[in-house]
Amino acid sequence: MSEARTTPEAKSSQKLIQKIFRSQEGIVFALAVAAFLVFALLLPAFASPGNLLALVRSVSILGILALGMALVVIARGIDVSMIATMVVSVSWAFVLARSGYSFGIALLIGVSFALVVGAAIGALIAFGDVPPIFATLAAGSVIYGLGRTFFFKLEMQNVPPGNDWFLFIGQGRILGVPITIVAFGVLCLLLHFILSSTRFGWLTYAMGNNPAAARITGAPFRPIVIAQYVASSFIAYVAGLILASSASAINARLFNSTMIYDILLVVVLGGIGLNGGHGSVRNVVLGTVFVGILLNGMTIMNIDYTIQNLVKGVVLLLAIVVDSLVNPRDEQTSQQGDL
Amino acid sequence: MAISETFVRIRYRWFSDRLVGEILSKSWIDNAIPTIALVATLGVMIAIIPDYLSVGNLTDLSRQVAEFGLIAMALTIVILSGGIDLSVGSMFALCVLAALVSMNVLGLPLLAALTATLATGLLCGLLNGVLVGYLRLRAFITTLVTLVIYRALYDIVFPRLASAIVGSTPDSPTWDFIGYGVVYGVPVSFLIFLAVAIVLHIVLSRLRPGWRLRAVGGARRSAYNAGINVKLTVCLAYVSSGILTAIAAFLFSARLGSTGADTGIGLEISVLTAVVLGGVSLGGGRGSVGNAVIGSILVLILTNSLIRLAMPGSVSQLLLGCVLILAVLFDAKWVKNRAKILSRVYMSPTYLKLPDRSQGAREDYFALNNRLGGVDLIGLGEVEGPEDVILDQNDHLYTGTRLGTIVRFFAPDYKHSEVFARIGGHPLGLAFDQAGDLIACVGGMGVYKVSPEGAVSKVTDETNRSLFSVIDDSRLRLPDDLDIAPDGRIFFSEATIRYEMSEWAVDALEGRGNGRLICYDPRTKTTRTILRGLIFPNGVTICRDGQSLLFAETWACRINRYWFDGPRKGQREIFIDNLPGYPDNINRGSGGTYWIALLGMRTKTFDLAMRKPGFRRRVARRVAADEWLFPNINRGCVVHASASGEILDVLWDETGENHPSITSTCEHKGQLFLGGVSNNRIGRVKLPDGDPRWTTRQDYWGAPQ
Repeated sequence: MSEARTTPEAKSSQKLIQKIFRSQEGIVFALAVAAFLVFALLLPAFASPGNLLALVRSVSILGILALGMALVVIARGIDVSMIATMVVSVSWAFVLARSGYSFGIALLIGVSFALVVGAAIGALIAFGDVPPIFATLAAGSVIYGLGRTFFFKLEMQNVPPGNDWFLFIGQGRILGVPITIVAFGVLCLLLHFILSSTRFGWLTYAMGNNPAAARITGAPFRPIVIAQYVASSFIAYVAGLILASSASAINARLFNSTMIYDILLVVVLGGIGLNGGHGSVRNVVLGTVFVGILLNGMTIMNIDYTIQNLVKGVVLLLAIVVDSLVNPRDEQTSQQGDL
Repeated sequence: MAISETFVRIRYRWFSDRLVGEILSKSWIDNAIPTIALVATLGVMIAIIPDYLSVGNLTDLSRQVAEFGLIAMALTIVILSGGIDLSVGSMFALCVLAALVSMNVLGLPLLAALTATLATGLLCGLLNGVLVGYLRLRAFITTLVTLVIYRALYDIVFPRLASAIVGSTPDSPTWDFIGYGVVYGVPVSFLIFLAVAIVLHIVLSRLRPGWRLRAVGGARRSAYNAGINVKLTVCLAYVSSGILTAIAAFLFSARLGSTGADTGIGLEISVLTAVVLGGVSLGGGRGSVGNAVIGSILVLILTNSLIRLAMPGSVSQLLLGCVLILAVLFDAKWVKNRAKILSRVYMSPTYLKLPDRSQGAREDYFALNNRLGGVDLIGLGEVEGPEDVILDQNDHLYTGTRLGTIVRFFAPDYKHSEVFARIGGHPLGLAFDQAGDLIACVGGMGVYKVSPEGAVSKVTDETNRSLFSVIDDSRLRLPDDLDIAPDGRIFFSEATIRYEMSEWAVDALEGRGNGRLICYDPRTKTTRTILRGLIFPNGVTICRDGQSLLFAETWACRINRYWFDGPRKGQREIFIDNLPGYPDNINRGSGGTYWIALLGMRTKTFDLAMRKPGFRRRVARRVAADEWLFPNINRGCVVHASASGEILDVLWDETGENHPSITSTCEHKGQLFLGGVSNNRIGRVKLPDGDPRWTTRQDYWGAPQ
């Protein structure tokens, strides 16, 4: 007993440390700080303000996409068709604009396409009882196949000429801060408001905690599911526009890249359990920053792209292992066939 | 009879919808739809693509089916266990790399290369298995991540060795034989695939590991409670998935001898489509190797045909995605609603017209009295559901109960009882054979024999299966009553082959001849069905000529006589028709008479409903089962009939309080004992004109030795 006796201050700090390390969020936060310090010490270019801004800017698109994913994951869903929706709706809008439509109308058609796609996926899940993972996995394939077959032939679609205001979104700055980052911040605030202060947000948490209970208590289950996937598709479209404007083009091959895993990486690393029911925008920001530090550091160290993928995969796997240890599956509410 | 009613009669006589429900209740219905889809697709492709059935095309297709089908089987195993393995595509690529590096770059012998390939698959599968099985991670996301990791490994290693792989070709005839060899026109790889498929089918459907796997996938917690090592089973499912994928990769490497940067990309989607399309249920526990093979062939035909029709790859992607969505949607809806649909369509009523009671000349025989109103009660509250009662030569009383026992009440006052034998099912009809053994029809089980010491042994529990019956009618579902011919043959009725015992009242709503008369011959130990299509055959009793028997058809309200021996063998005639109620057991009485117990009374409503099958079906579809029509079983009635079928006497329980719903009688020494399948008592009533020395046993088998 005697060796366990410690001073009160030590005890409280011990408690704080315990508290940090008991939640996955705390662990990731600690890791992010550690990674930042290590990179800052080892890589001379890392800690410069220019690099840090570039860092946040480079991952803000990932962050925006992760916001959409987070909304769906909190409700115990998943949307792996986000990249397909993003590239196809934006590419189609550009193709239409080049073929004679005014740019505004073309963008409107693009956003309508994204919304219709989201509603269709949501309906498939809500009314068809299809598990979200399969619905969105198959939907990704369908959307991309549809786009490549009927909407556009070329993989690279440049922003139609004569729309400099559009390029300003991705490349301009407000008070020295890139607009991409501003957009990410605004969307974060918006989603935070929705999740914490609207009935829709509360019901999203309720559905994630226990879908059956939410349904029984009278939540408009099906409309909300559809709304969630419409929202995630819309966010994917917004992210696509920002991406296109910052790179002056959109590349349909992104669908075949590991980008969707990066989004999941952000969400899961940030501490939003795949079981749903908990997590907030704060987690997305944390995950985004950590992934940003990781990617930026590896890029500065000139690590091969394929090895970066391996590292990301392993980190994501570790994150999932920790997630499942911290938030074990609830046998009461997890269903048969709930993968 | 109105013309419309004639139409109804003919419609239900010749166009019965009974088969719809019976086909839906079969388990092979899960495979029927993918098979039809496969045949239809094949037909379309043969029609629109010239030379589709050429030898070259088929050989090519079968080689692809071999590789693709193996991976589909791998995924099937994992899905059966209740998980999913998305990493098969990347695992496949890694295994191909392992095979080619061993053969082309390192120049290892074939066996060593095979070992290396299998080991690669095993390690990949083991990682998945440990993560999902032991660490309880979510299968989908975990294998999605391992997909990325394995892919990254492939992308790291492949570019460094690509030129070395292409640069050399291994000098191994066996390797080439596996890749290009043909045995009697069939590619070697396809033969390997067939062998694996057959072995796997046997393991999954006939051996314990397969049963455990299905149990875990079907109901994880129940499997755990049943003592199955769930974690190990799940882990092994992923390991086998890895090994099967490795075999596929080995065949692929031998065939192509090289690999590209895109090997295995998107494979998981097409394999998943194949497996789900084939009918493997994503919820786990439902599916087979056959499903996987059907689905693989279907998907390969689709994709290959699109290539031959010169469609771009995106069309194929679009089509596969659509097919996957449809298949998953169908799977979700099918699993959820199959039982619901089945319960709505299984009950299939038919037209049954009973003769009109008001025109019957024997109405006066059935004038009400209350002679059963004051019967003595035996075992009130102690017995549950004494369907049949019987007494032995020492005057002890035996009856079966719902608890699965045969209870014996001791003479002379029948106040004390003991459990004579435990059988397990509800014993219905009882009869003593010549040796003094008690033979019992047991609901849901069959015919059983109980020795005087109480030892239970099975007599029979199955009969010959009918040739054209959709449902398996070889098992006995509801043996109801029996009697023993003088030569020892046991004749017993099976009330219905379509319902379990608890659902006997639903059979009343159908009104079809679902029952049969069966004979067990102890000399040959065979059981044969002798009459089919009987309307709820119930009581059976052998006539005193020893050549014929009487049996009641409950819902038809009649009693038939059937000759099983003698000059009139095989003939059948109506003994008593147009009874006022539903006859149950028939027993011999003193003076050459018969006692007929009436289970319930006919009502005009129910009689009318029996002529309106459409009405009864609407009832079954729209109203909850506990609100369906039910025969009136609130009155008790026993009919005393002469040897020629004339009604001598009728005993009523007018109030229906003391002894309603009588299902059997037994005359013994001037007293009549009454049983009722839904009662909690046995009745005893003194017969005013009864012979105080007459017993069934002496009457039939003669005086005891």
